[in-house]
Amino acid sequence: MKLTSNLSGGRLTMALSGELDQHAAKELAVKMEERLEADLPRECVLDLGELRFMDSSGIALILRVCKRMRALGGRTRVENVQPQPMRVLDASGIGRIIEID
Amino acid sequence: MNELNTVTFDFPSRSVNEAFARGAVACFAAQLDMTLTELGDVKTAVSEAVTNCAVHAYPDSIGNIRMRLRILEGGVLEIQVKDKGRGIEDVERARQPLFTTGGEDRGGMGFTIMESFMDTVKVRSRVGSGTTVTMRKRVGRRPAGR
Ligand SMILES: Nc1ncnc2c1ncn2[C@@H]1O[C@H](COP(=O)(O)OP(=O)(O)O)[C@@H](O)[C@H]1O
Ligand SMILES: [Mg+2]
Repeated sequence: MKLTSNLSGGRLTMALSGELDQHAAKELAVKMEERLEADLPRECVLDLGELRFMDSSGIALILRVCKRMRALGGRTRVENVQPQPMRVLDASGIGRIIEID
Repeated sequence: MNELNTVTFDFPSRSVNEAFARGAVACFAAQLDMTLTELGDVKTAVSEAVTNCAVHAYPDSIGNIRMRLRILEGGVLEIQVKDKGRGIEDVERARQPLFTTGGEDRGGMGFTIMESFMDTVKVRSRVGSGTTVTMRKRVGRRPAGR
């Protein structure tokens, strides 16, 4: 599991690569929240282009970022979702809460 | 249903073994002519069941997880994940979407995902003695109309 982030003009892009399960999410949640606190972005983009696998631990993580962004008055967008993570997002109904493209 | 092949794994409930369990099921299921989507669904369901053992069954210790995989007649893959952990008080309620005893880092969507990705999901549990989740899915490319 790898996280790369990039802040530009108030938009924080965090790109996840690898497999996002509970094992990976434990560490990742801390890292992502640290980034949000440090950068205080207006918009957060989660780039899942290199994310090969995700289970419901990923859903919980995305919702957590979303909640934090709302508290900051900002938006969250999820993009480049691969087929397996997309099925998990669909099954969870999270698409009604967050922006996915 | 006739059993054509089976393997059983015992492993400790360390979270690093979530990935092991997904890999093991992918290897075993390679004997079936699955689509990529089916393979993804099965790996996801296993990941959910094994994660529940690591997180909920044995919250403050490491316990044993037994995963039994079976291929049954007619292209049916059966996955059984068994723990001897805490058990579930009310299985009906636990299976409901968004129900979780796990707090902020859990979403309560594990059983929902197992149910939507597998054909059947059975849960047997006793408080104090453990939980067994048995899931089945008919897989494989079949000619249309059969
Ligand atoms: N193997 C298990 N042992 C004990 N409790 C479990 C087990 N599996 C599930 N549960 C209970 O069922 C609830 C719902 O599980 P699930 O749908 O996977 O959501 P989550 O894992 O996100 O909480 C858990 O919060 C937990 O209380
Ligand atoms: Mg779960």
